[in-house]
Amino acid sequence: MPISENQAPETGTARVKRGMAEQLKGGVIMDVVTPEQAKIAEDAGAVAVMALERVPADIRKDGGVARMSDPDMIEGIIEAVSIPVMAKSRIGHFVEAQVLQSLGVDYIDESEVLTPADEVNHSDKFAFTTPFVCGATNLGEALRRIAEGAAMIRSKGEAGTGNVVEAVRHLRQIKNEIARLRGYDNNELYAAAKELRAPYELVKEVSELGKLPVVLFSAGGVATPADAALMRQLGAEGVFVGSGIFKSGDPAKRAAAIVKATTFYDDPKIIADASRNLGEAMVGINCDTLPEAERYANRGW
Amino acid sequence: MSDTPVIGVLALQGDVREHLVALAAADAVARPVRRPEELAEVDGLVIPGGESTTISKLAVLFGLMEPLRARVRDGMPVYGTCAGMIMLADKILDPRSGQETVGGIDMIVRRNAFGRQNESFEAAVAVEGVDGDPVEGVFIRAPWVESVGAAAEVLAEHDGHIVAVRQGTALATSFHPELTGDHRVHALFVDMVRANRTAESL
Repeated sequence: MPISENQAPETGTARVKRGMAEQLKGGVIMDVVTPEQAKIAEDAGAVAVMALERVPADIRKDGGVARMSDPDMIEGIIEAVSIPVMAKSRIGHFVEAQVLQSLGVDYIDESEVLTPADEVNHSDKFAFTTPFVCGATNLGEALRRIAEGAAMIRSKGEAGTGNVVEAVRHLRQIKNEIARLRGYDNNELYAAAKELRAPYELVKEVSELGKLPVVLFSAGGVATPADAALMRQLGAEGVFVGSGIFKSGDPAKRAAAIVKATTFYDDPKIIADASRNLGEAMVGINCDTLPEAERYANRGW
Repeated sequence: MSDTPVIGVLALQGDVREHLVALAAADAVARPVRRPEELAEVDGLVIPGGESTTISKLAVLFGLMEPLRARVRDGMPVYGTCAGMIMLADKILDPRSGQETVGGIDMIVRRNAFGRQNESFEAAVAVEGVDGDPVEGVFIRAPWVESVGAAAEVLAEHDGHIVAVRQGTALATSFHPELTGDHRVHALFVDMVRANRTAESL
């Protein structure tokens, strides 16, 4: 018999936090507001669910302050499914994050979709065992979040609009800035770090890797299988779908279709088949008519 | 036939890229596999870490489950990490409704046995057949093996639980060597693929 090594195991390491996101790659993470929705998402092939009280489209409609969800509701969803469960804290609201960690959620999304609790500081994410995902509109923002301990990045897009235009803008921005760094020599990286307002070490790492040191997903506006495949072809390693599924006519069918198109993102025939007869898509919002104050992507810095 | 084995990584979902890198570092030609015709062209296959329910569903949906079972039955070498280990188990203790596996190893696995993400951990693991220092075991919402049949060989345990198993040309680990940069477990698998090719060409 082999000998078992009885060395004390180490939890909450960077490798375990970032590694968890690596396991989600190629997958779809779906917003759900009830245990029933969570089961539909799991049955459709979601790799994880985001437990929240209202999907972003409803947060937009209702207005007011959007906060962390009720622990009962989060626990109900944890009970209902075996896939990982994520939940959102407000930006800088580290006590909400402490509560989410104590509930046993698998990932915390420090999210601009909720009303920020601090207009200067994000939460110190190294202080937690639970890993964090954060939104970013550009490379500097992504690297600042990673410097604070984020183990996964999602491009922000504009949540709750059903309009993919901002998701495309932010992902392209991040990918273009990474490509530009790739061509820089060592002398230029110091100035690049200053310009990006990000730590030099991370800027150098990105320049060497040609990618972020953590997994990059896309979020905010994905409503169709083709939207999901578009984000993957543009370089996202997976997608978050918020309002797009449960604000549509046939959520189970649309959810399964988006999963298929995310895996076979480069096969138009499969995307075409997945797109047939899905019923009503969510009603979208044109982002250029959205007042500045209602743009979630501007939250966080 | 060239000397370098061609090893596929099942690329429906999960940490495919890390396995491709690890296999290339262990001197194999590595390529993603998403379709039956791509499966037919490889000498061996890695089933990566990911979400086992998702991988299982997509395998059924895209007509890969039966070809996978057929090739494993015919002795194609396979290696599964984490979710991949679950896929290679003949039986899951607590399956989600309708969750199918490829099978190939006579073992019963318990999903997420080590706990949720907050309990995910790293620990040194001595693996039979891997010389030198113990490997760095990265366990992420990891399964363990409840019990194995007579034909399966236990290669490693952690804290009294079975975390690595081999049965003939099938290998499975609860942990993720592909996340560590230490390619010895992948090298062990590449050797298994090489040996199988030699045996088949005789």
